[in-house]
Amino acid sequence: MSSWIPLWLHKLGSPPTFYRFAGTLRPWAMLLALLLGAVALYGGLVLAPADYQQGDAYRIIFIHVPSAEMSMFIYAVMGVAAFIALVWRIKLAEVVAMESAPIGAAFTFITLITGSLWGKPMWGTWWTWDARLTSELVLLFLFLGVIGLYHAFEDRRQGARAAAFLAIIGIINVPIVHFSVNWWNTLHQGSTINIFGKSKMSWDMLWPLLTMMLATKFYYAASLFNRVRTDLLALEGGKDWVRQIAESEARS
Amino acid sequence: MNRPGLATACVAMLRRDLTLAWRRRGDIAMPVLYALIVTMLFPFALGPEDTLLQRIAGGVVLVTVLLAMLLALDAMFSSDIEDGSLEQLVLAPQPLALMLGMKILAHWLTTALPLIVIAPLLAAMLHLPGAVIPVLLLALLLATPLLSLLGAVLVALTAGTRRSGMLLALMLLPLCVPAMIFAAGAVAAAQQGLPWLAPIAWLGAAVVLAVVLAPLACAAALRIALDA
Repeated sequence: MSSWIPLWLHKLGSPPTFYRFAGTLRPWAMLLALLLGAVALYGGLVLAPADYQQGDAYRIIFIHVPSAEMSMFIYAVMGVAAFIALVWRIKLAEVVAMESAPIGAAFTFITLITGSLWGKPMWGTWWTWDARLTSELVLLFLFLGVIGLYHAFEDRRQGARAAAFLAIIGIINVPIVHFSVNWWNTLHQGSTINIFGKSKMSWDMLWPLLTMMLATKFYYAASLFNRVRTDLLALEGGKDWVRQIAESEARS
Repeated sequence: MNRPGLATACVAMLRRDLTLAWRRRGDIAMPVLYALIVTMLFPFALGPEDTLLQRIAGGVVLVTVLLAMLLALDAMFSSDIEDGSLEQLVLAPQPLALMLGMKILAHWLTTALPLIVIAPLLAAMLHLPGAVIPVLLLALLLATPLLSLLGAVLVALTAGTRRSGMLLALMLLPLCVPAMIFAAGAVAAAQQGLPWLAPIAWLGAAVVLAVVLAPLACAAALRIALDA
């Protein structure tokens, strides 16, 4: 087998290589995110038929469900990056984990807001102490805890390692929280989309949802690349490659 | 060189921490006073009706104990960091996790145990029926070690930072949700005359898990936080 894939991955772990790589990919990711997002919104808000029970109010799921999925997806990415950062002490993994946290917190916040907007006409209440809602709220606090711990240290790399450890504790705890709250009280409907087997949703509604999920992934990638590039410049301020970038920008 | 055995080291650690706590007896009384005052505020805020107070008594006592423990948690390692004895502990030949486990035990004995002792008084202040109080004590006996162990890991993470009080609350309280649900669930079930063994058993399982894992996690966290 060719050995260029591991070699390329190792190279990508070095800050200057990743800085260039992320800089090249970022505009494309952003473009795809905007394009797919616009298509999904048109499909969801205009083309998809109204629900026979909920009328037009259900259309908020085209924002709500992708955000909810992203909040968990980003936490998982953060957890994996945190694990890599702690085990192999790779600087880039620390930066990726720490810069994922604010984006994840934003998606979690959007999920909670859109959920409560939808809950008012449907359940008759802005907020209820249901298992999924409570777990999502706990997830938001976990994101905020990671951000807070990261900024509490004066040394950023040490703060990143401590916050990475907290992220891993959170990964162990989130299923426990979800299970215990589920045991306690539940109102939220079960999942409608099924990866294995038939989904309980008409294709007219499903495709905008899936497109929006893809769009949010690309948005996350673009936003993460931007943040990581900024953070790398700040962290590696004294290094030669940063000076070269600064000099070339000063010349142009 | 003749190295003292592991048991000797554990006993020495425990005795040192308990002696230190005993020399500053006033600090032990603080969480207890805090819990008493917070409990006293509830009837003022909600009105002195017996039925209402009875219904919320179990939950109020649990939350009050949790907050009182949170206040005391900050001091778990702070004096040892200031005088450098924590660094010596990290360098010591004995396993760090075991030594930290002893420190957590000492901390639990000096902060949680007094709170459990006055819990019947707190419950009586809110007119909790006498028959439920044993269940409340059992729930506290299992929930407080869980909080101490979980808290110790997070305190260790913030060991290298300065202002950590609010941050600790932000990190610890979401993780306490399961402990609170099961403890309150047991008390509520006992109050309604339902079987309460299942949530107590879950709490017990969580404590066993935490006793094994938390000292190890605490040691790892401390190494990260002190590695400057």
